[in-house]
Formats: sequence, C-alpha cells, structure tokens
Amino acid sequence: MTVTLLPFAACCALLAAGVTLLLERSLVRVLAGVIMLGNGVNLLIITAGGDAGGPPFAGTPGMADPLPQAMVLTAIVITLGVTAFLLALVHRSWQLTGSDEVQDDTEDRRVRLRARRGELGDAVRRRQDAYRRLIADQRAELAHLEAEQAERERLEEADLERRISRVHTELERWMREHREKGVSDEELQDRLEEAGQREHAAVTDNVLRIEELREEHERRREAQAARERELRTRLKGRQREARRQLRAAIREERTRQALGDPELEGEDS
Amino acid sequence: MTAQITGHTTAHIIESLVCVPVVLPLLAAGVKLAIGGRLRRLQSLISLVTLGVSLVVSALLLVTVDAGGPLVTELGGWPAPIGICLVADRLSTLVLLVSSAVTFCVMVYSVANAYDVQEHDAPMAIFHPAFLVMVAGVADAFLSGDLFNLFVAFELLLSGSYVLLTFGGTESRIRAGATYTLMALASSMLFLIALAITYAATGTLSMAQLAVRFATLPEQVKLLVELMLLLVFAIKAAMFPLSAWLPDSYPTAPAPATAVFAGLLTKVGVYSLIRLEALLFPGGPISTLLMWVALATMLTGVLGAVAQTDIKRMLSFTLVSHIGYMVFGVALSTAAGMAGAIFYVVHHITVQTGLFLVTGLIERRTGTTSVSGLGGLMKTAPLIAVLFFVPAMNLSGIPPMSGFLGKLMLVQAGLAAGGPLPVLLVAGGLVTSLLTLYAVAKTWGKAFWRAPREATTGTVVESEEYTGQEPTVTTATLPVALSAPVAALVALGLSYTVLAGPLSALAQRAAVELMARGPYIEAVLGRDR
Repeated sequence: MTVTLLPFAACCALLAAGVTLLLERSLVRVLAGVIMLGNGVNLLIITAGGDAGGPPFAGTPGMADPLPQAMVLTAIVITLGVTAFLLALVHRSWQLTGSDEVQDDTEDRRVRLRARRGELGDAVRRRQDAYRRLIADQRAELAHLEAEQAERERLEEADLERRISRVHTELERWMREHREKGVSDEELQDRLEEAGQREHAAVTDNVLRIEELREEHERRREAQAARERELRTRLKGRQREARRQLRAAIREERTRQALGDPELEGEDS
Repeated sequence: MTAQITGHTTAHIIESLVCVPVVLPLLAAGVKLAIGGRLRRLQSLISLVTLGVSLVVSALLLVTVDAGGPLVTELGGWPAPIGICLVADRLSTLVLLVSSAVTFCVMVYSVANAYDVQEHDAPMAIFHPAFLVMVAGVADAFLSGDLFNLFVAFELLLSGSYVLLTFGGTESRIRAGATYTLMALASSMLFLIALAITYAATGTLSMAQLAVRFATLPEQVKLLVELMLLLVFAIKAAMFPLSAWLPDSYPTAPAPATAVFAGLLTKVGVYSLIRLEALLFPGGPISTLLMWVALATMLTGVLGAVAQTDIKRMLSFTLVSHIGYMVFGVALSTAAGMAGAIFYVVHHITVQTGLFLVTGLIERRTGTTSVSGLGGLMKTAPLIAVLFFVPAMNLSGIPPMSGFLGKLMLVQAGLAAGGPLPVLLVAGGLVTSLLTLYAVAKTWGKAFWRAPREATTGTVVESEEYTGQEPTVTTATLPVALSAPVAALVALGLSYTVLAGPLSALAQRAAVELMARGPYIEAVLGRDR
C-alpha cells in the first residue's frame, strides 16, 4: 500500500504539535494538545485506510475501505466526549484554585520537602563536624604544649634539686673539714655566705623561670578557651541561620504549592 | 427433530447471552440517567438486578464455554472478520465471572453506604450510571474479539472512571482526576495510533484474523505493533515505569470506586496483555523485556508500599507491586506461567477490592485512613479488624490462602522454565511477598494493635467522603448491609483455597486453550478459514 505524502505530513505535524502542547503545565494548553492529537490520529487512521477512492458503499466502482471511516467516526465521538469532560475539569480546577495549572503530586512534594530538609540538615551537620574537628585539633596542640612545658618544668626542678643536694654535700664537706682540719669559723662563714649567694642567685633564677613558664601556660590556656568560646558562638550562629533558612524554605514551599492541599499540612512537620 | 431444534435454539440463546454483560449495564445506565435523582429505591433495585443478572449470565457462560469451547456473538449481524464480535472463551468468562461477583458486592456496599450516610440525591444519580458504564466497559474489554472494540471498551470504562474519580469535584479529586484523565487520554491516543498502524499493515482489526495475518508480516513491523500495544496496556495495567499515576490518583476517589478501580481496571490491562502475548504475538521477542519490567514493578511497588503511612496509598502501591506477579506469569510464555497469571488475576481482583472496601469501613468508623491517626481498632471495631486481617494476610501470601497458591503456581512455573532470569524473578517475587507482609503487618500493628489514642475517637483528621463534605464519622455498629458485601468478598477470597483444585485446573485449561490459539481462531473465523 502506498501512502499519500500530504495527509501523512499533516498528520505528523498535528501529532508533534499535540505532544508538545500535552507536555505543558497549563490545562487549557493540554486540552488544545489533546484535540490536536485526536485530529492527527484520526487523520492517521484515514491514511491507513489506503488511497482515496469513491464513496464507501458496496457496489460502487473504486470503493473506499469503509472500516477506517467507521472507526474514525467512533474515535471522533469519543474524543469529543473526553474533551468536554476535560473542559469541565479545567473549569472546576480554575474555580477551585484560580489557576489551571496541573499541580504536583502530593508525594512528589513531600519527597522534595524531605530532600531539601535532608540537604540542609546535612550541611549543618557537616559544618558542626568541621568545627568539632578544629576544636579537637587545637586541644591536642594545647595538650602537646602543656606536656612540653611540664617536661621543661620538671627539668628545671630537677636542676634545682641537684643544686640543693650539691650545696648540701658541700656544706657537709665543710663541716667535716671544720671538725677534722679545724678550718676557722670566719673562713667557714665566708665560704658559706659566698656559696649561699651563688646558689641563691641560681635558685631564684630557676624559680623565676618556672613561674614564667607557668604564667605562659596559663596565658595559652586562656587564649585557647577564648578561641573555643568564639568558635562555639560562631557555630551556634550558623546553626541558627541554617535552621532559619530551612524553616523559610519549608514555609515558602508550602505557601507556593500546598494551595490548600490538606494532606500536606499536619503530618511530618 | 424437536430435540434438535430445542438444542439448536438453546445454543443460539446461550450464544446471544454473551452480549448481556455488556449491553444490560449500558441499558440500565441509560434508564437511570432518565430517572434522574428520583425514586432511589428503584434506582438501587435496577443496579442490583442488573449486576445480579450479569453475575448469573457470566456463571452460565463459564460453564457452557468450559464444556463446549468458545462462544462467539456477531454484533449487528455482520460476519466475523468484518463486523465486530464478542468472544467468550475460558479466560474471558472466568475473569468476567469474578469481576461480576466483585462489582455486585461493591454495588451492594455503595447502596448501603448511600443510605447509611444520608447523602444528597444528586451525586447518587451520577454515581450509579457511571458505575454501570464502567462495568459495561470492563465486560466489553474482557469479551471483545476485535482490537477497535477493545479501544471502545477502554474508553467506556475510562469515561465511567473519570466521573467516579472526580466525584463531588473536591480539590484533591480534581487534581488527581487531571493526572488520571491525561494519562488515560495519552494512552488512548497511543492505542489509536497502534490501531492505525496495525490496520495499515494487515487490513483488519479482528483479533482472530490478526493472529493469522501477523504470522506473514515482517519481524520489524510486528515488533513495532507489539511494542506500541504493550505500551498502551502497560499504562492501563500500571507496569513500571508507567505506574506512577496510579498511587497518585486512586486513593482520593470514594471507597467503592477505588475498590473497583483497584480490582478491575488494572486487571483489564493485564488481561489485554495476556491476549496480546498469547493470541497475537506468541513467542514474541519481548519476553525478556517483560521479565525485567515484572521485576522492577514488583520491587518498586512494594518499596513504595513500605514507605506509606496512609492505608489507601499503601494498598495502591501493593496493587502496583502485585501486577508484577501477573506480568511475570505472562512473560514466561508457558502454559504453566499463563495458568499462574490467570489464577493470580482471579485472586487479586477479589482480595484487592476487599481490602479497599474495608479501608472504606475504617474511614467510616474513624474519619481517617492515615495510620498515624489510627489505633486500637482491634478493640473498638473487631469486625473491621477481622475483615482487614484476612485479605491482608491473603495478599501477602500466607499459606494456605489463595495468595500463597497463586505465588506457588508462578514460582513453580518460573523454576520449570529454568534459566537465570526466571530464577531471579522467582527470588524477586519471594522478596516482594515478604515486603508486602511487612507493609501490611506494619499497618495492622499501628492501626489495630496499638493502644487507642484519644485523637482517633470520633474526630475527623483529613480525608473527605465522596460528597465532598465532611466525612460522617460514626461509632454506631456497622449495618449488616455494609459489612455483608465485604464479608462476602473476604469469604470469596478464602473460597479460592477450598476450590483451589478445580480453580487451578480451570486456569490450566484456560491457559492451554490460550496457548493453542486454534480454538479461538476457529470459533471466530470458522473451521474452513
């Protein structure tokens, strides 16, 4: 069977236009798309019936195939009925919502809301984790410093001990010398004073250093605490901000799309 | 001589009975539209008598056809390949019988419901005719022996369902109705295009003649036509990935309408798919595709069901999921697989309709179908609990109920077919069954078992009845007229277990007859052609 090009091309054009309109969100356009599709399909059926011929009556020479014509009549009637119904539907939709847009599926909306919530929640969690890691790092560093400081302090203290014990042994030696050899009291006194002065200077020095170290340690700890406090307030601020964004997004989503859909209110909010 | 004449006339009468399930509801719908909103008792009586007669006629047809082979009625007196004929074989009469029984029960329920909630007259005046037109369309689709008539049948049942789905014109129904109508329209247009191509290629649309003529066509043309028809039926049957419209639109409709939609409309798609695969394109190359589709339908559907908190939505998703089982049976393209699919269709029509009706009862009792607002129904409404529990367990395939038997038939057929893909599908089917059990058990545990909450007693939470007004919540005892049809459906579902032997044998015979193709073609075209 051969197909006449012109009706076939017309039918293709109608079908293409119909499908394009069918993909629109406005129901009126969709309706127009349905009508065009219907006409295109009817033309296709006629084309499928073969070449144009005489009237489809039995006994006519060159009679056309009557079956496709009967089918097209049926199809036209059905399309008419469905179009009328769709028109009523569009009108009712416009009455109820003031727009003739196809609305999103409730489930879709819910899924989208939940996804948005999940995304924002994830972002907040990620940021929280980052801050937590930062604080942990700083604490570890502080602990390290503290350990170092403690070690130094210990060394200084050990040094002090050693000096004191040296002084003690020296003292003992002098006392022994004093008992055994009879070193004069004056000389002993002099020696003692000299040693005392020497050691006193060293010990004061040591103690000063230890105190210095302790002070520095204290300063660092305070600085660290201040930094942590600041980080925490910043984190809290960010979290509040994120939560506000989330709430705003949900509110916007609801007002934009719910359009009085009762299923969306209430649950899982 | 007299005996011969009587025999002949009896055969003739029975043959002409084939058109009764189609013509009678249409006539009744016309009469009821003429009566309008008056004479409610007469209206209910007409509906019930019509559907009752359809039920009796389908039973009679099934017995006749099972004994004596397919029956053909040529409409308008035109001979078969030119005119349109109705063909009743074992498959079509079996599903017709089940669907008549189900629609009868649903009609009793909706009549009782209308009296129960004291509705306005106007919606009822539309509800019954629309329902009858839809029933006529379903019967026409089952009996049609002609592809164009199948299209007309689809349009009939769809136009009825458009009206039922948007009943009352509330906002959520209009929204769901828009999706549903556009989806159905798109599939109708595809169907018409497929019909045009088929007619251009073969010069006929009579299914019997097509079955003969397709054999002579080039493979590519055959594949094109087959895929287009498959697309149309896949939309109707809600097969993945064309199933998204179903859980979106069904739950908003009034309970009796949703019940019939769930029970019958998708099964019309499955039935057409069976005809397509068995009669028109036997051993076609798309079985592998169908198997993957079946697997995806089963799994995506049931995973959706698990996530739902609303009973109606949950049931809609299980509906999609269980379509996968039937598609699996069809995709096996063996007699055993077909028999399993047919058995499953019969089981699923009954059980799914029953479940949706019970959900209607729950809604009547509590005003909501969301499990988050339900609780303690086991104590407060034990009858509803039993009526929900039995079909729910039946659906998830607890032995020895028919859901288990249907799945068993499919599993056996799948294992018998061998090969990795059928075995994968068997595994997928078992997982789906388990997840279905999980989904319904979750619902059961929340709605029926947990302690009753204050919020649920007598307060309205969300959904609306099908007048579009506030739902009528009543704690009064269920009227028998309302619980009896549901109980009848549940009992029908259970009876498939008792009658499993004869029923599965009948399904086997229907499948063998289908796969043989000869009886159908001969009955329509005559032995000589």
